[in-house]
Amino acid sequence: MERRSRSAAGVCIGQVRRACLTLRDYSKVFVRRNRAARGTIGMVSLIEDNMIRLKVNGVERSFNGDSQMPLLWYLRDVLGLTGTKYGCGIALCGACTVHRDGKAIRSCVTRMGALAGSSITTIEHLSAAGLHAVQKAWMEHNVPQCGYCQSGQIMQAVALLNSTPRPTDQQIEEAMAGNICRCGTYNRIREAIKAAAGERA
Amino acid sequence: MSDILNLSRRGFLKGVVTTGALVLSVRVLPSGLLAEEVAYAGTHAEHAPLHPGVYVGIDTDGTVYIVAHRSEMGTGIRTSLPLVLADELDADWKRVKIEQAIGDARYGSQETDGSQSIREFFDAMREAGATARLMLTRAAAQQWNVPESQCRADLHTIVHASSGRKLGYGELTTAAGRLPVPDKKELQFKPPSAWRYVGKGMVSYDLSHLVTGKAVYGMDARMDNMVYASIEHPPVLGGKIKSYDDKAPLQVPGVRQTIPIDTFKPPHEYQALGGIAVIADNTWAAFQGRKKLNVAWENGAHAAFSSDEFKKEMQATARKPGKAVRNEGDVDAGFAKGGKVLEADYYVPLLAHASMEPPVAVADFRDGKLTAWAPTQDPQATQDAVSKALGIAKENVICHVTLLGGAFGRKSMPDYIVEASLLSKKVGRPVKVVWTREDDVKFDYYHAVAAMYMKAAVDDKGMPTAWLQRSVFTPIPSTFDASATYGGDDEMGMGFTDIPFDIPNLRVENGPAVAHVRIGWLRSVANVYHAFAVQSFLDELAHNAGRDPLEYLLALLGRPRVLDLKATKYPNYNADYQKFPIDTARLRKVVEVVAEKSGWGKRKLEKGRALGIAVHRSFVTYVASVVEVEVTPQGEVRVPRVDTALDAGLVVNPEITRAQFEGANVFGASLALMGEITAKNGAIEQSNFNDYPVARITEAPRENNIYIVESTAPPAGVGEPGVPPFAPALCNAIFAATGKRIRELPISKTNLKA
Repeated sequence: MERRSRSAAGVCIGQVRRACLTLRDYSKVFVRRNRAARGTIGMVSLIEDNMIRLKVNGVERSFNGDSQMPLLWYLRDVLGLTGTKYGCGIALCGACTVHRDGKAIRSCVTRMGALAGSSITTIEHLSAAGLHAVQKAWMEHNVPQCGYCQSGQIMQAVALLNSTPRPTDQQIEEAMAGNICRCGTYNRIREAIKAAAGERA
Repeated sequence: MSDILNLSRRGFLKGVVTTGALVLSVRVLPSGLLAEEVAYAGTHAEHAPLHPGVYVGIDTDGTVYIVAHRSEMGTGIRTSLPLVLADELDADWKRVKIEQAIGDARYGSQETDGSQSIREFFDAMREAGATARLMLTRAAAQQWNVPESQCRADLHTIVHASSGRKLGYGELTTAAGRLPVPDKKELQFKPPSAWRYVGKGMVSYDLSHLVTGKAVYGMDARMDNMVYASIEHPPVLGGKIKSYDDKAPLQVPGVRQTIPIDTFKPPHEYQALGGIAVIADNTWAAFQGRKKLNVAWENGAHAAFSSDEFKKEMQATARKPGKAVRNEGDVDAGFAKGGKVLEADYYVPLLAHASMEPPVAVADFRDGKLTAWAPTQDPQATQDAVSKALGIAKENVICHVTLLGGAFGRKSMPDYIVEASLLSKKVGRPVKVVWTREDDVKFDYYHAVAAMYMKAAVDDKGMPTAWLQRSVFTPIPSTFDASATYGGDDEMGMGFTDIPFDIPNLRVENGPAVAHVRIGWLRSVANVYHAFAVQSFLDELAHNAGRDPLEYLLALLGRPRVLDLKATKYPNYNADYQKFPIDTARLRKVVEVVAEKSGWGKRKLEKGRALGIAVHRSFVTYVASVVEVEVTPQGEVRVPRVDTALDAGLVVNPEITRAQFEGANVFGASLALMGEITAKNGAIEQSNFNDYPVARITEAPRENNIYIVESTAPPAGVGEPGVPPFAPALCNAIFAATGKRIRELPISKTNLKA
């Protein structure tokens, strides 16, 4: 679990750099990563103001709590955005899937400390301007049973279609294999993704 | 959910909770009040001018409020039962609002399990709808001063045919509400030909909320001033705290306190397991604090339980004479006659439910009353369990039912709500108990571990002349009586006592097993292991006889007949046997349908592929499945296709029923291919989806075809009966493909490499 979170943080730094944030912002992330890795604050603490700034569903947010807190619990317990679900806590089930800068991530293992400068989109914002094509397809194919995993399934499917507008069956399976549905709605998920892809093409 | 307001979006919050926070309240509360400030004031339905019973009320704006008293865990029951009422009322579904009932005995049983909601309440819903319709009709007739017989309902209006006059339900409700509630004998029911919704179906009432993240599950329940709890349970059932150190947890930012919870006194029933709760400002802090707890446990007697040795004991028990529960002809004489005798042992391990939403509950104790918001399959059992734990009257336990993020039987056991209740009383504010996935896997009420012994003597055509089957499993009664070692009549009646074959000498036995973990109901319950043993053994007999398994199965079902089980204790899923008998003609029919649809014996299969078949009646529904398997040279098992035919009597909601059976096949794939819980020194060895895997999109049947057999029989179950045939049909297919017989689940235990 610890290993996963560090690599998640490492990926993030590259993205932060690409986003051309200030040195100050970059250092903060760097410091956090080192602190997480070595358990020390070090001399760069001078520029630390403990504030992580990020966008959630288009709204600027700042966070000064425990930088180790996973995004999932920030969304759910702090912001009250409960559409994103807890399922396993170790990135095995996909129920917590959200988008960071348009890409699907598992919010249960993504630490707040790795998110400075990121833009997060959750299921609540996906349909801000009416239902997304994937959500419509989900309704047309009557996909959900209990529905608990479906926010994650939908966010994963949207990210897939963003990167691969006309996925093959195999691409769908590869992209969706990390999302568990215990009710067993998989075939409807596959069909709904294909329908949504057709509609968008 | 329609009965839950998101108060924060309406700006009612008093600045405590951050924007977007969800505070639960009942929709009938006056504006501006938070949930905890007023007592539960009832449903909209019962405050409507016309409300002839507890299930329905009609408001003056024409809104029809229908109360869903059963729990929604994905089976669509929150839609399908109200649909029956709406149909009989001739209501416009678009003008129906569904309200979720709290736990209250006035609604009748709210125990949402056993695939019996439609079966038990189909008539009650129709009566409620017909009653309201008659009262509206009567009110219109009086207003127009015409005979009642000249008036009829037509989609939310009452019409007087000859004059063309019409009045809407909303316009009539006040007058109708003043009339006496008619006697049942006066009711006239719609003929099936006039049904608008029943048999045609409707998608889930909550569908748009389910795809937009707006649906409110137990995990999403939140009350003002609430704190979060994560509980370190004793690793071994019945274990007690020897000592613990909470200095480190209390250093974690956000952690407020730790609270020990007493270990239950046997039998455990739905009591709290015990342990140490870490109370914090958010879920994450509670989890973190808990990891830092240092606890020494007194493990107790169950620490001697290890699955490997226990399996040997159970298999030995299964080879010894047990308690006979059905005895026909003379089995011993049958075997004594000689001829070929076949024997086989089958084994199914403990299984965990692993619903996507782990157990979770919010509870608020104040002024001697407990209010809970929880995903529960049984709010009345919750009332009982909480009232016992807190020493308060049952009426003082208000149990609101959220949506359930899956349940599969786990949430029939409300121990997690008891935990939240005990903690709220101690903390003095609302507490949300959140189980981690690890808690869920390690502290479940497990599906029983079972060993079955099968023995048959066969004639020269390979047909059995004597048949003995014995089942040994950790019984569910052990949850309610710590000394119980034999199965209940209901468990034995799930695919074992009721074996439907035409065999002259037959004995069914049950042997004892001591449970060392909590045992509970899991989707289709004892049918899982009984169908596996019976339908696999049958396939073994067919191959022994050199006969086609389908042809052999039909031969063994024998002539169409109703099974006579008067001499045995057979609960028949609490259904009247006259109304829901075991009819072998219906078993035969689903077998024939699935054989035809799957192309049994006709379809050309790719190399490495084969078909297997199984049939099983459970929850008074008849189901047959044909599974197509592909076994790769490396021994990997894939399921390219499954075909399932079912006869569930009258099907209220075909689309949702199909979805249930599709899901059952995936559930069956999980338990057949990879499901296994084991214990060592009393503690469960698995923890999460890494070591307790469930089927993913890549492992689920690639094609999943469901055929509903038209039937005029009364409605039967659809949530569970799809599960039992899958595992034996798959294993029979594997035998056909590889010549290797699987007698132990999961299949992953067997090396199938060519």
